[in-house]
Amino acid sequence: MQLDASTLPALARGCAILGAGGGGDTEIGLLASLQAIEDFGPVPLVDLDELDDQSLLMPCGGVGAPTVSIEKIESGDEGGRLRDMVETLWNRPVVALMSAEIGGSNGVIPVVWAARLGLPVVDADGMGRAFPEIPQVTMEIAGISPNPAVMTDERGNVIVFRATDGDWMERMERAAAVEFGGMSWSSEYQLTVEQAKAGAVVNHAVSLAIRLGTVVAEAEHDPVEALAREIHAARLIVGKIVDVERRTTAGFVRGSATIEGLDADAGRTLRLEIQNENLVALEGDRALAMVPDIITVLDSQSANAISTERLRYGQRVTVIAFPCDPIWRTARGLELAGPRHFGYDVDYAPVEDLHALA
Amino acid sequence: MPSPDLRLGVDVGGTNTDAVVLDAEDRLLAKAKVPTTSDVTDGIEGAVGGVVEQVDRGRITHAMFGTTHATNAVLERRGLRRVGVLRLGGPATEAIRPLFGWPADLREAVSAGERIVHGGIEFDGRELSPLDHDAIARFAAEVAGRADAIAIASVFAPVSDEHERAAEEIVRKELGDLPVSLSSQIGSLGLLERENATVLNASLIDVARGVTSAIAGALERNGLRPVTFFAQNDGTLMDLGFAIRFPVLTIGSGPANSIRGGAYLTGRTDALVVDVGGTSTDVGVLVRGFPRESSFGVEIGGIRTNFRMPDLVTIALGGGTIVAEDALGPESVGYRIGQEALVFGGSTPTLTDAGVHAQRFALGDPARLADTALLASAIARSDAMLADAIDRVKTSREPVTLVAVGGGAPLVPEDLPGTSEVLRPDHSDVANAIGAAIASVSGEVDRVFHLGAGGREAAVAEASEEAIERAVSAGAARETVEVVEIDEVPLAYLTDPAVRIRVKAGGPLAWG
Repeated sequence: MQLDASTLPALARGCAILGAGGGGDTEIGLLASLQAIEDFGPVPLVDLDELDDQSLLMPCGGVGAPTVSIEKIESGDEGGRLRDMVETLWNRPVVALMSAEIGGSNGVIPVVWAARLGLPVVDADGMGRAFPEIPQVTMEIAGISPNPAVMTDERGNVIVFRATDGDWMERMERAAAVEFGGMSWSSEYQLTVEQAKAGAVVNHAVSLAIRLGTVVAEAEHDPVEALAREIHAARLIVGKIVDVERRTTAGFVRGSATIEGLDADAGRTLRLEIQNENLVALEGDRALAMVPDIITVLDSQSANAISTERLRYGQRVTVIAFPCDPIWRTARGLELAGPRHFGYDVDYAPVEDLHALA
Repeated sequence: MPSPDLRLGVDVGGTNTDAVVLDAEDRLLAKAKVPTTSDVTDGIEGAVGGVVEQVDRGRITHAMFGTTHATNAVLERRGLRRVGVLRLGGPATEAIRPLFGWPADLREAVSAGERIVHGGIEFDGRELSPLDHDAIARFAAEVAGRADAIAIASVFAPVSDEHERAAEEIVRKELGDLPVSLSSQIGSLGLLERENATVLNASLIDVARGVTSAIAGALERNGLRPVTFFAQNDGTLMDLGFAIRFPVLTIGSGPANSIRGGAYLTGRTDALVVDVGGTSTDVGVLVRGFPRESSFGVEIGGIRTNFRMPDLVTIALGGGTIVAEDALGPESVGYRIGQEALVFGGSTPTLTDAGVHAQRFALGDPARLADTALLASAIARSDAMLADAIDRVKTSREPVTLVAVGGGAPLVPEDLPGTSEVLRPDHSDVANAIGAAIASVSGEVDRVFHLGAGGREAAVAEASEEAIERAVSAGAARETVEVVEIDEVPLAYLTDPAVRIRVKAGGPLAWG
């Protein structure tokens, strides 16, 4: 499959749905990738099986606050600097780029760089969704080292990190991202195709995103219903956004959004807790859905996902939740990205135990 | 401010200019419809003159204007200034060029050149990169003679307009008194949408001046001195001077007016409203008495913006749409319908001719219609396009009530798939002008609030209170004023926590 003007809109739409509100505004990723393929030609999407086992994959994407990414758009050269430094450090070529996270703009940005570099993008990612922190990737669960990590900004600064563990990588990279102006671009957890095939990645994440985007675009009557069926989602509330609180601090966006129910949900109030992504959906004290399951805010009409930085007063929305990749429900997965990791004193309960899914 | 008595509502459309006069109980006292003229002045003067002679003109205290003129100018690439587009943000932002994704012919019509230069602001108020004064001066010199206006957009301009102002000064030194639009005055966060809106704003200056001076002239020559408002994209009213400076904020006022007019004329609170004009047809949704708004930026002429606007489907279909052997539109004879349509003695087959042939209109001279097979197939095609547009707006399979308004409303057939009934209220031909006359008067606050003990909640409450007071002092009835928009930009660079808050409140005009 080629990633080109005919497939990229569906990819962007699907990445927004998988992003749980985070990963950056996909419209930015879409426009940047369309410009890149206009200037440099389309990008092949390759399956892991098409690549040599010993060849090197470069996971990559943006680190920072999505509120920054809708203003300070990338220069387009960032991926080339990352690739050059990764190849220097490994002393071997990178054969394909991989989205570190398929969710949000980060699911599309590798296409921008791959077009410029003449490389393919591999049909996999490191999350199956979006998460706010660097070690919240399947490669960490699989025991792959985050080292060496490479970070760059739009000006041309490049930093190489070697951390004692994923948590230190998060702390160091976050500090640098703040210094760079709240947004930067990086690669960690480089791995071989063989390691990826052995379960260190979420396979076929890119083609899944394209499929979801296509389902929404082609839905005849009720795109929200069509999408909910496709991904087996629970509808948490149908309503209107009545308050959004958002702060850009320490390299994250933190805050909450309050949704008042309409029609059948009139009288109900749902609160979404946000750290780049939608982490927990609360009704009073009760959690209706929580990380690592995916909570996404959809425009009630079009079923287009609304990222956390685009939420605003008055929007008519449907909040859905659907199961994450099973790897996140393992003990190590929940330790890295479960509700307790984010400071919520609740045990993880899978969304399908709390609600009937479509 | 005079105690309100009679209200004049005017809609300047692409084909017709409509005027109505309503009294304090929203009763329609007079209406007029005249062809829009190429310079809009005679049309506005004719429509205003047509209604004021039916009432005691001395009692008209308020005048509300809405227009699709700016939208049509963009759609038809007409009367647009050529704009030099300057973005301050390099080396960031190069991955998406200014105007990337614009329709090629619109970019051709609007752009006198685009440049990204070093500069811009970080989210926390620091410099992204030092402003490149020389590059700005070079760009200005390059576009001199080609550009009639300049648009400047800096990264994070809503946080600080420092670089935009500095760039404006350099541009003025090079180019003199050329109009300059700054993005910090036009939009909120979201560089590309704000930049697009700023470019359109700069491009529409002549169009706005044309309409506002025509309005001023028409009022004066008709002996009227009302408080004058202009309808904005979100359907609320602002004073006329604002419309001259920020024409892009009025670009989408037409649809909100027609949807609200449809609600007024039928008393319905939930329905689809189809507004069939001379050149285009809009289908919008009335939910609980208000136009349903889009959660995402609305596209205008293929350009992404982040205006709050009614969620619409627009198709190039109207009474003036030209019928050809193998196509229906998108070209329209527009305001020349009275001369060019076959039934009016012209030589261009239009959808109005097809409508007369199908006995939906009783207009002109049906004997002039010759090629009836062509007209029959055109009306069938028109019905299919309307059904498709309605299907795209609907959110469920349930059949819904459809309210047909606008001069071309008779073109809508009785039985359209997906609808349970088609309502054609009296006076539907002037629904737009009625919508303008009954629109909400608004007040807006946009300033930096330092967060004290009450934190953000107290700041939002204070801003909301101020916006409500401004709406009331602009004439809105206090008990009906509601907050319609809240937008916040945290200013992380200040040592005291602070946030830029923009709140808009609106409500119907208060009656003495």
